[in-house]
Amino acid sequence: MSLDLAKPGTRFRVTGVRTDNPLSRRLMEMGLICGAEVHLLRRAPLGDPLQLRVGDYELSLRSTEAALLDVTRL
Amino acid sequence: MSSRQPLAAQAAGSSDPADNHHADAPVIVALVGNPNTGKTALFNALTGFRRHVANYAGVTVDVARGPIRRARRPLMLVDLPGTYSLVAASPDEKILCDALAGRLPGQPAPVAIIAVVDASNPTRNLYLISQLLEIGKPLVIALNMIDIAEARGIVIDAGELSRRLGVPVVPVVAVRPKTVPPLVRAVEETLGAPAPSPAIPPPQGTTSARGRLACTSPEPPTPDEVQARYAWASRVLDGVAVRHRPSGSTWSERLDRVLTHRVYGALALALVLYALFYAIYAGAAPLMDLVDDGINLVGRAAEALLPAGFARSLVIDGLLAGVGGVVAFLPQILILFLFIAVLEDCGYLARAAFMVDRLMRPLGLSGRAFIPLLSAFACAVPAIMGTRAIADRRERVITILLAPFMSCSARLPIYILLIGAFVPPRQWLGGWVRLDALVMLAMYLVGVVVAIPVALVLRHTVLAGPDPTFLMELPSYKRPGLRTVVQRMTHAGRSFLARAGTIILLVNLVVWALGYFPRDPRVLRQVEQQRLAADWDGATFESQLAGAYLRDSYLGRLGRAIEPAIRPLGWDWRIGIGVIASFPAREVIIATLGTVANLGADADVETGSLRDAVRRMTHHDTGRPLFTLPVALSLMVFFALCAQCASTLVVIGRETGSWAWPVASFVGMTTLAYAAAWAVSATASACGL
Repeated sequence: MSLDLAKPGTRFRVTGVRTDNPLSRRLMEMGLICGAEVHLLRRAPLGDPLQLRVGDYELSLRSTEAALLDVTRL
Repeated sequence: MSSRQPLAAQAAGSSDPADNHHADAPVIVALVGNPNTGKTALFNALTGFRRHVANYAGVTVDVARGPIRRARRPLMLVDLPGTYSLVAASPDEKILCDALAGRLPGQPAPVAIIAVVDASNPTRNLYLISQLLEIGKPLVIALNMIDIAEARGIVIDAGELSRRLGVPVVPVVAVRPKTVPPLVRAVEETLGAPAPSPAIPPPQGTTSARGRLACTSPEPPTPDEVQARYAWASRVLDGVAVRHRPSGSTWSERLDRVLTHRVYGALALALVLYALFYAIYAGAAPLMDLVDDGINLVGRAAEALLPAGFARSLVIDGLLAGVGGVVAFLPQILILFLFIAVLEDCGYLARAAFMVDRLMRPLGLSGRAFIPLLSAFACAVPAIMGTRAIADRRERVITILLAPFMSCSARLPIYILLIGAFVPPRQWLGGWVRLDALVMLAMYLVGVVVAIPVALVLRHTVLAGPDPTFLMELPSYKRPGLRTVVQRMTHAGRSFLARAGTIILLVNLVVWALGYFPRDPRVLRQVEQQRLAADWDGATFESQLAGAYLRDSYLGRLGRAIEPAIRPLGWDWRIGIGVIASFPAREVIIATLGTVANLGADADVETGSLRDAVRRMTHHDTGRPLFTLPVALSLMVFFALCAQCASTLVVIGRETGSWAWPVASFVGMTTLAYAAAWAVSATASACGL
């Protein structure tokens, strides 16, 4: 499933990063690589962007950017 | 950004007598690291140079430099923009790569590198280290935020990390400067040492960072390369970084549950913004009175010392009237920067960006633009410079062009003067809701409301393109550092005073001179004849003579020349003078009104004398009051929207790399300001105000 459809408050493992977007390189360099564990903390009050915990830090990204990541629930 | 020169002299004094002349040239040391690792705080601790430190991604936008204190040989530290990778994805990161490769003009390539690693987030930080190791320059790792890491249950064995990486690893707490001397010793020992030889070398089979730095547009890393570098980071940290608690469920996360909550988060943001405006308007009063008293004291002393005539007029009407009136607003600027510094340093500003990102999106902007645009309420100049952290050029230019629409602190004087003089003192709910505060809020909203269609027009015409991204680190909440906040406030205060002392003083003196000269003796004879005919007393004569002199002055002639253009707004030539004279900086209008209202020394809003004087100003032909409520409102709206700030225009030109933008900005904003001022004046008159 792609991360933008995921339910907040859940932990996931990244299973794939779509590489057809120039942004996906930055996502990977920030630690969103295959096998990484992410915790979708919440959505912003207006539904978008998402707040994500990756390893030891937190990150915000938009749904369109989260759609570049395939995840499975842990 | 302020000058970085004064400390250069100290470096020259610390030369080692054993060194020959050539070795006295300072060795360039680059400071590199991920955003939010406390890099700027470490720069300050190492150099003693008090510079802006902030807790959201991308505040370091300029390449700042300063000599390292207490070094045994001259070391010049260069603070480079934060980055996650040595393959640039933004203009900031491009600056970093160019600086490391020695491609920045006038900036030789660094000899050694200090890499800042956030001990509370070691894995991602080591991704960058894997690239820095490949450059092959002497490298020292400053393991920062060890206190925060320990509070989160992460303990790092610096000795073993150093062995595995083959470079010195020095634990520091950058916000406590006493912890940095071992870092300076390590840098000195590394200079001239052999290249790093890690026990666990960075992954083979990847494109070397050294090769990438050598070309201006390097190939991006493949997914396999990123994966390999992260796998290396995990190997290096295995057994070195020990977690005593699982990550997450920190107090920062618990706080976020409230502060970014759908309902409570939005309420908290609204409350923070209201508190900001309330504090600026109501909280500064006692401090402002104090400043006023001091200025009045100097004015009276000058009056007693100087004989009437040219010198007294120059000192009281020129110098004190101009600078004194502006200095009185210092308390408000300090309060504003207190808020911004605290919000930034505690990590809340990034959350504000997170919450408002969705709102900014229809404008073709992201939550990132919120931070520069919010700080534009203090001053557009630093705000425009802060947009360099926006990777998307299109978003960046839109943000730059919108920043001057936000009501900066230089507009406050004119709002306060005119609201104080012409808005009736009504209040409700025991003083918690005040009409003057509401009008002030409206003035702040005018710029925001007009900026929206401006952004839409820009993004669909000259700046059309794909939407920007919003990939932003949310730093952990932390207690704001008193040092950081105070430094930020004093820096803001000093730069405001420097502006008041240079541009504003200069402009005020020019305006004073334009209003004083030519002092044609025929004017005196003419007014004396009128006095005989009309039998005026001494005071009336003085006032009429001053008015006649001003009308005949170069300024009066200039103001009358543009009068046909501003008459539809209900303005006369004296307001025209104020508008012309305030081109270099908006706040000059206050001093100019002080001069044109024949006030002499006391161009001081809060004591009420300037306020009373503008109330008393009348049209010379009809004798009706010049400033009616519609005229006051239209003048405020004009200043809310105009681009009367030379500094802003210069910075727009520099940051966009094209002088077409500041010209377009000035023409566009002046047109909008004129149209809006006319509409407000006409509407208010039609409503019988």
